[in-house]
Parts: sequence; C-alpha cells; structure tokens
Amino acid sequence: MANSKSSPALKDELDIVIPTIRNLDFLEMWRPFFQPYHLIIVQDGDPSKIINVPEGFDYELYNRNDINKILGPKASCISFKDSACRCFGYMVSKKKYIFTIDDDCFVAKDPTGKEINALEQHIKNLLSPSTPFFFNTLYDPYREGADFVRGYPFSLREGAPTAVSHGLWLNIPDYDAPTQLVKPRERNTRYVDAVMTIPKGTLFPMCGMNLAFDRELIGPAMYFGLMGDGQPIGRYDDMWAGWCTKVICDHLGLGIKTGLPYIWHSKASNPFVNLKKEYKGIYWQEELIPFFQSATLSKDANTVQKCYLELSKQVKAKLGKVDDYFNKLADAMVTWIEAWDELNPSTGASTGVPNGTAK
Amino acid sequence: MSEISINHDEVDIVIGALQLDLTSFMEEWRSVFSQFHLIIVQDPDLKGKLEIPAGFNFDLYTKSDIDGVVGLSSNAISFSGYSCRYFGYLMSHKKYIIAIDDDCVPAKDSAGNFVDAVAQHITNLSTPATPFFFNTLYDPFCKGADFVRGYPFSLRSGVDCGLSCGLWLNLADLDAPTQALKPELRNTRYVDAVLTVPLRTMMPTSGINIAFNRELVGPALLPAFRLAKEGNLRWETVEDIWTGMCVKVVCDHLRLGVKSGLPYVWRKERGNAIESLKKEWEGVKLMEDVVPFFQSLRLSTSVATAEDCVSEIAAVVKQKLAPANPVFARAAENMLEWVKLWKRVRTQ
Repeated sequence: MANSKSSPALKDELDIVIPTIRNLDFLEMWRPFFQPYHLIIVQDGDPSKIINVPEGFDYELYNRNDINKILGPKASCISFKDSACRCFGYMVSKKKYIFTIDDDCFVAKDPTGKEINALEQHIKNLLSPSTPFFFNTLYDPYREGADFVRGYPFSLREGAPTAVSHGLWLNIPDYDAPTQLVKPRERNTRYVDAVMTIPKGTLFPMCGMNLAFDRELIGPAMYFGLMGDGQPIGRYDDMWAGWCTKVICDHLGLGIKTGLPYIWHSKASNPFVNLKKEYKGIYWQEELIPFFQSATLSKDANTVQKCYLELSKQVKAKLGKVDDYFNKLADAMVTWIEAWDELNPSTGASTGVPNGTAK
Repeated sequence: MSEISINHDEVDIVIGALQLDLTSFMEEWRSVFSQFHLIIVQDPDLKGKLEIPAGFNFDLYTKSDIDGVVGLSSNAISFSGYSCRYFGYLMSHKKYIIAIDDDCVPAKDSAGNFVDAVAQHITNLSTPATPFFFNTLYDPFCKGADFVRGYPFSLRSGVDCGLSCGLWLNLADLDAPTQALKPELRNTRYVDAVLTVPLRTMMPTSGINIAFNRELVGPALLPAFRLAKEGNLRWETVEDIWTGMCVKVVCDHLRLGVKSGLPYVWRKERGNAIESLKKEWEGVKLMEDVVPFFQSLRLSTSVATAEDCVSEIAAVVKQKLAPANPVFARAAENMLEWVKLWKRVRTQ
C-alpha cells in the first residue's frame, strides 16, 4: 500500500460523494484529508441555487436538472428533497471506491487529541479483509496490535473481501426522533477504539453519514430508496440500503465492517420534523426486519444486480401488502438497476463473486 | 462504569488454582475479592498446600473433595488443570459466577483507573443483551449510549444475558502458533465497549476472564473437551473454547444473550508459546471440525432447559463428530456425565 505521506492512498480510485442543499463550508476543515480526492457533489433542492465549492477541490456537481437530463424518465428513482439523492453520485462515479459524508460532519479528535483522518481509516478498513463467518473477540484481527484469538480456525483466517466500511459519530449520535425527544442533551463521548465485522446473518442499522464502500463489489445494492418530496417516509434511506446490502453481502460472501473512524457530528436535526418523517418507518420497520432476516437469494444470483432484482421481486410480493409504497419502491429498485447498468455498462454481468458458505 | 447496586449474596468468585502460591494473585485482587464469597478449587494434579492470604471469605476444595463427590470410576470426569474450576461451579449455589485465571491481575483503563472486573461482569449479566439486531453504538444500556436510528422498537427490551466474556491486556489469548510467530505482540488497546454477540454467531470464548448466570446456563459450563496432551497453559488447551460454543448454542436456543468486551484483566506472561506449539498441535487442528459443527447445530424446539440442551448437544456430538476422533466421543460422554452429576448435586 502506498505510503500515505508520499501519495494519498487510492487517490485516483476513490470518489467522495457529498449530498448538499445548503453549502459546503464544512469542506474547509476536511481540506488536508480530502483535497487530493475527486468530489461528486449532489445538489438537492432548488437547482437554481448556486452552491459554492471551496477553491482547490476537484469536483463535479449535479443538481436536479442534471439528474433529470442524465437519467431521463429513470430519474424517478432518485429522491428529491432528501439526502437519499446522494446515491445518484454512486451511479455516475467511475471509481472503484466511494466515501460519502454529510455536510454537517466535521473532523473529530481521538483521545490523544489528534485529528482523525476518517478517509484514511475507511480505506484501511476496505483494503483489509473482513471476518463475517466467526466472531473475533479482539475485533479486527488485521489491525496493528491485534490478531486472531485462540480457537479461531485457521481455515477462516483469510477472511472475506470487505465491501462496506461503516463509520461512527462523536457528539450528536444518530438517534431516531423518539429517542432524541427523550434525550435531547445526550452526546456520544465514548471513543471505542475498534473496527469489527458484522457477522453473517446479522442485520444492522447502516447510517449514511460516514460511509465508504467498494463500488465494484457492492455498488448496485447501495440504492437509497424513495424518500423526501412526495414520499410518505424519510430518514430510512440509508437503513433500506443497509439491509439490502447486508443480505446481498451475506449471500455473496462479502464483509461489512463497523466502528472506526469517528467523525464529529455537529448538527442535531429537529426531532419533531424527524418524527413526521420517520413515523411510518417506525411501524413498517417491524415488518421490514423479519422480511430481511428471512430473505434468501437463489444460487443463480451471483452478481449484485441479480441479487438486487431478486430482492425487488420479494419486496413486491411480501411488502406490497404492508403499504402500496413498497410496490413503488420495488419498481424504483428495478429502475435503479437499469439506470446503473446503463451508466456502468462494463460492470456486473460476468464478475460473479463466489458465494460464501451456505446459510 | 457500573452503576447498578450489586447484591453480594448473589455472587461467587471461582478460582481454579493451578499454582500453589496464590498470595500475589489474591493481594492484587483484594479490594474486589474481599467483598465476595470465593470458591477456590485446587487442581487435583497440583500437589501441596495452597498459600492463601488472610482476610478472604472462601471455601476450598481439593482433590479429596472432588473425588468424594465425583467418585473414582474410570468414567468419572477429570477436573485436572483448568477444568478444576468447573468443580467450583458445581459447588456454588449463587446466581452469578465469575471466574478469572490465577495469572491475571486487575487492569487499568485508558484513564489509568483500576478496573473492577467483577462489577463490570455483574453489570453485563444483569442488564439486557441484544442478540437479534446489531446496535452500532454497542451496548445500548450503558450510560451515554442508546439504540441507534433504525433499531426496531420491538427488539429494544432485549433478553437476559447468560454469559459475559471479558478480555485481556498485555498477554492476549492468542493461540500458540500466533504468539510464537509474534513473540513481542502484546495487547495494549483498551476497547471501551461491551457488545452482544449476535444470534447464531459463533466465537471463541476464552475461559481466562468469564462470568455467567448459573441459574440460567449453569449446566452448560462444563468440563468435557480434553486434548490428549492437555497441559497447564492455555496454549495447551481448548476446553474452554468447546464449552463456550456449547454455551452459545444453548443461549441462542433459549433466547439468552452472550456479551463480549469489557471488562479487561491484565494477563501476566507465563510459559513459552514455542514450547507449547512443539507439544501440542492437536487443539488447533481440531477447531477446523469443531467450528463448522457448532455453526450448523440446531436443537429441537421442545428442548427448554440448559440441562436438556447439553444432553441433546452431546447426542449430536456422539453421532456426528465422534466417528472422526475419540476426543469427541469422550467429550460427549463427559457432557452426559456432567448433566447427571449436576442434577445429583442439586438434589442433595
């Protein structure tokens, strides 16, 4: 791996995708870490507003008009007035890796007071294997100073390719609206110095605030759903993507890591606004979780796209009766894959990833 | 870190003595151990009299006590070496048991504070576990944390915790090949988290620093899996790994939780990894069969107690693993013997 002092790791292989509706002032703080990388800005909301990108960054910016122009009728699958629109950035990227971050997330400090280069940690996470098949009690065995513990079978020590690196947040924690209302002053001050693989067969809530993934391994699964304007639900975009992604990663034998790096989350959104957005989700979730927990994919589903399309059929068949929204979502999932394949013609078809051990 | 009040009458600390002089071990732990009742079990192969400093409330069991309870038949379970602590579990009447190897002393956290491992284990055991869905902020019941957005509300009450697996600073619980390859490797990373090991996820449960709810899972903490050349260093055993996987299967089946993480203990250097490696490869090889076996093991729905879970596991071990290696056949027999012993001792 390149010495990060001489050349930032994956400089030409990684895009940073940032959804924004306000401004990009936060990039100033990230400049030392982000400047070498290419940015994809997805501008949500009013396309006539000019978003200033700080000097010195190499970027492409897409507003709603651009999205409509590029995707035509398929643009219907990209959310409007919701940060879920960020997944458009994943689709247009030509790079192997994506790092996505919210515009209210700043550089955090570790317990020694040192500023955390979140991107560098995500890259380390993605470039080292995961261990989804057996839990290592010392967490990520590939980290410096750690290893596999006694009893860990040698045949499992090569691990699995890492598809996703899920980072965490200090300061404002990612709570749902009811929890925010009950604990408005709670701040996450605990720095947990660990990266770990989420075991195969286990679901988790994937937060899109500080997230990186291997686009070639899992990109098409990172659809952030139909949220925001004209939709009955919000703040479940990343959750939806996370559950689909986890089911597919489990099926294809890929790993998802969570833990470091931390960013500093500065802005607490309004809990009453959040409650309105999440309200339906809180109930629907109770149906969604058993759905995803029991979802199985066929042996023929050996690419992400095939997996995703199978999943979309299951969504229609089993969740359509929960609410008509899921019929629309299932259709949007198909549209997303069609759009993805159109914009990324070389990926998918023949790169079958070997299946992991059977469930 | 713990804020719950501990009922000291509910706790036994079980110490398996594999060395005669327990003085420095007990002195290091005095501020913690002196508050509780201790069960000290002397390794039946260890000849001589244990040195135990004054000021502790303990019951001591030696070879003659073990022989008296277990009998001397050739079928009898061996409580030699690290397995001596299981006799302590058998003798306990308490709700919570904490067991720490006698070469471990209290650790300090990243702020330099003394870690009360017993208090942390009790906190882990007396707060709910969350095995059905992973919480990215780890233990949602600890102060300053909660369930994150997207965590289903119906799963937020959690389930009872059956087992609490602690960790080790300094000499981590690595196997002999790994430690031999990296003789300088020491664990200096204090990870400030407790998390629930998810349903159906298997893990290597080290016996070095462990605690459990005896009322819920007691019979599943058992001496069964003995290597042919098992020794007195953890590098020369895998008995706790076997037991831990049985306990995880039992907990998964009975909808109980298993937690891993805090507390840390400081594990002192002992032994030589290369010497252990020369002596004993068997344990490392056997894991290759043991792990897939436990990963796919499912118990019948009618089985509702820890004892019955163990009996069923033993039957499947006999059927599926025993043909490959006599160690497994012996393990299955030991498991059945243990359940009989457990029941007999309970009714006396």
